[in-house]
Amino acid sequence: MKLDELHIDDKAIIINIDADKTLKDRLSSFGIVRNEEVTVKSLSLANQTIEIDVDGTLIALRATEAHKIEVKKI
Amino acid sequence: MAQTEMITIFKTVLKDEDRKMDSITVALAGQPNVGKSSLINAISNAKLRVGNFSGVTVDKTEVVYKLCDEVKCTDYEVHIIDLPGAYSLTEYTIEEKVTKSFLLNEEYDIIVNVVDSTHLQRNLLLTTQLLELGKKVIVALNMSDEAKKEGIEIDEKQLSSILGVPCIKTSASTKEGIDELKQAIVDVYNKPQTTSKVIYSDFIEEEIENISNFLEDRGYKSDIPYRHLAVKLLKEDKDTYVKLHDEPIWIELQDIIKDALSHIYLHTNSKNLEEIFADERFAFAKGAKMEVMSLKSMRAKSITQKIDNILIDKIWGIPIFLFFMWGLFQLTFELGSVPMDYIDSLFGWLGDSVKSILGEDTQLASLVADGMISGVGAVVMFLPNIVILFLGIALLETTGYMARVAFLLDGFFHKFGLHGKSFIPLVTGFGCSVPAYMAARTLKNPKDKLITLFIIGFMSCGARLPIYVLFAGAFFSQESAGNILFIIYISGALLGLIMAKILKTFVFKGEDEPFVMEMPKYRLPSAKLIWHTVYGQAKSYLNKAGTFILGASMLIWFASHYPKVDIPQNIDTNQIKLYELEHSYLGKIGHASEPFFSPLGMDWRMAVSLEAGLAAKEVVVSTLGVLYSLGDEVDEKDSGLIEQIKANIPFASAIAFIVFVMIYLPCFAASMVFVKEAGGWRYLVYLFFMTTATAWILSFIAYNLTKLLVGGV
Repeated sequence: MKLDELHIDDKAIIINIDADKTLKDRLSSFGIVRNEEVTVKSLSLANQTIEIDVDGTLIALRATEAHKIEVKKI
Repeated sequence: MAQTEMITIFKTVLKDEDRKMDSITVALAGQPNVGKSSLINAISNAKLRVGNFSGVTVDKTEVVYKLCDEVKCTDYEVHIIDLPGAYSLTEYTIEEKVTKSFLLNEEYDIIVNVVDSTHLQRNLLLTTQLLELGKKVIVALNMSDEAKKEGIEIDEKQLSSILGVPCIKTSASTKEGIDELKQAIVDVYNKPQTTSKVIYSDFIEEEIENISNFLEDRGYKSDIPYRHLAVKLLKEDKDTYVKLHDEPIWIELQDIIKDALSHIYLHTNSKNLEEIFADERFAFAKGAKMEVMSLKSMRAKSITQKIDNILIDKIWGIPIFLFFMWGLFQLTFELGSVPMDYIDSLFGWLGDSVKSILGEDTQLASLVADGMISGVGAVVMFLPNIVILFLGIALLETTGYMARVAFLLDGFFHKFGLHGKSFIPLVTGFGCSVPAYMAARTLKNPKDKLITLFIIGFMSCGARLPIYVLFAGAFFSQESAGNILFIIYISGALLGLIMAKILKTFVFKGEDEPFVMEMPKYRLPSAKLIWHTVYGQAKSYLNKAGTFILGASMLIWFASHYPKVDIPQNIDTNQIKLYELEHSYLGKIGHASEPFFSPLGMDWRMAVSLEAGLAAKEVVVSTLGVLYSLGDEVDEKDSGLIEQIKANIPFASAIAFIVFVMIYLPCFAASMVFVKEAGGWRYLVYLFFMTTATAWILSFIAYNLTKLLVGGV
């Protein structure tokens, strides 16, 4: 399942990130890497942006970027 | 803007020959929002603006202070270069590019890595990258007071031994660890080499040791420790290869590296070295955090969550934001009107006094009273409005709400080909276009940046506020003036969005910039910081009033009084002033451009004010002041500019005038910054044609529509 399919308060483990190097670097500099746990904190109108919590940092992502992150719900 | 001014003040050029033995250059690096600028404040007395949104500190800043070592008491001159906040040493943002290129290419002695103690793991990711550079590093565990409050405990001694570099708990607000940090800078400076280490997985460590041992056996002379050289070789660092390629040692080394890499590939089941090392760094950062950090309670973190539950609520988030903006504009107008009246009467009194001292009819009295005092007075009068508006924007920025707004609005902005981050420069544009153009640097994708730059002008800047206030006051009741102002600002912004969409569809086609950004914790802004920001804005506004606008006012006074013409005998005494003005230089310019403006219902006087507004928008009001109060001086009653405008300008023309002001080219100073940020003069030409054409067309529509609806003649 993809990160943008999760609902508020869902927890998940990142399985794979299918993105180009720039985006991957950006994500990993925020600690968004394989095997990390994420929690969805907030969704904006029409789920266009997603706020996630990774190790205590709140990060905002666009749905199109979140769609490139494969997760497993826990 | 305050920030840029301060940067120029503290920017000193460091030339190699100027550097003495006791001069230490420190590169201050850290992720955004870790309190780097406040830490510099605490170390020295430099004053910088601290923001809560990635990308506030953009330029390199150098601060000089003397430090006395207690043992020998030597004076040290420490240059601190405040590098822009970077999440990692990649090139995702312009800040990261600047920081990376500085750290790799410039001369400096020590990196002080400022770390947010409340987000240790994420911050340590950058720390590991810095350690890999092979430079001397000191880690400042900043915001330690906040970490304590959140129940986070960090064992800095253990972290020191893991990283191999001094780790010092610091806090800019409680001054904790500031002296220790100063001392550590000197201590580390006096050490011959860096002692930093990043520990990798065993299979990589083995290869590092192999290569290091080989280099040691051969007695290879290296300026960095063998370990760092080995790591660089394993990471396929280009510069290191270029350097070693010409050494005799290379022939044997080549085989060792080849073997090492194949071992690593075998272990990781991957051939992507960058990814392998990224994973390693992450594992190291996480491991280090696990070992040194313990969480006593989960208390404080939830405050941000609770606020976020309301402020970025799916349904209420945007209405709340709009309410804040509406409130800000109401406050600007209502509260601002109180001191405005006082300032107005003060300048009125000043003008009258000057006239009574210098004599009613002398040229000098007219120049000073009608040209200088009335021109500058018209500008100073709006200072209260500008202070309130900037205060509001500074509050939004420093509390961390700005990032939330980007989160809320990205979905909306993205539809118009903009980025959630475009919001920041755009909203800054409501204050002044100059910092707004500079704020657009946070946008990495050049297309997103250019689109944002092009539409910043549509966000009515503070300098246009006086014009709107004047016209809203003249043509609408006191109660509805605030609403009219709100409508003007909102419709300008909407127009900007439509232009963005047009630009995105027809001019800047192509891929979007990804949207991944941190939502910083909510923070109570320090009064000092807010004061500093607002004071800086007010000062630069007044500076403009004292120089640019004073000069422009005098120029316009001159152009409106010369050349002297003979007044025909048969003319009515009421018309003398008007006749003089119409035949002045200013009148001639206005008349010449009348064919362009007459379809918009504007006469030559309005045309002249708009043209004068190209120099600075504040000049529009002062020009109107000169043009209209001169024309009717025969009137015994000392009626204000508002009355004059009301009496002389038809309603429909006034609407057209407001629309034109909303859209046409920003002031001279802003245009210069635009050229710099957009990257070429040709962009200014595009901007000029785009804004002028749009302004003319929409003014034309507004004029005719108003005439049709209200029949305003």
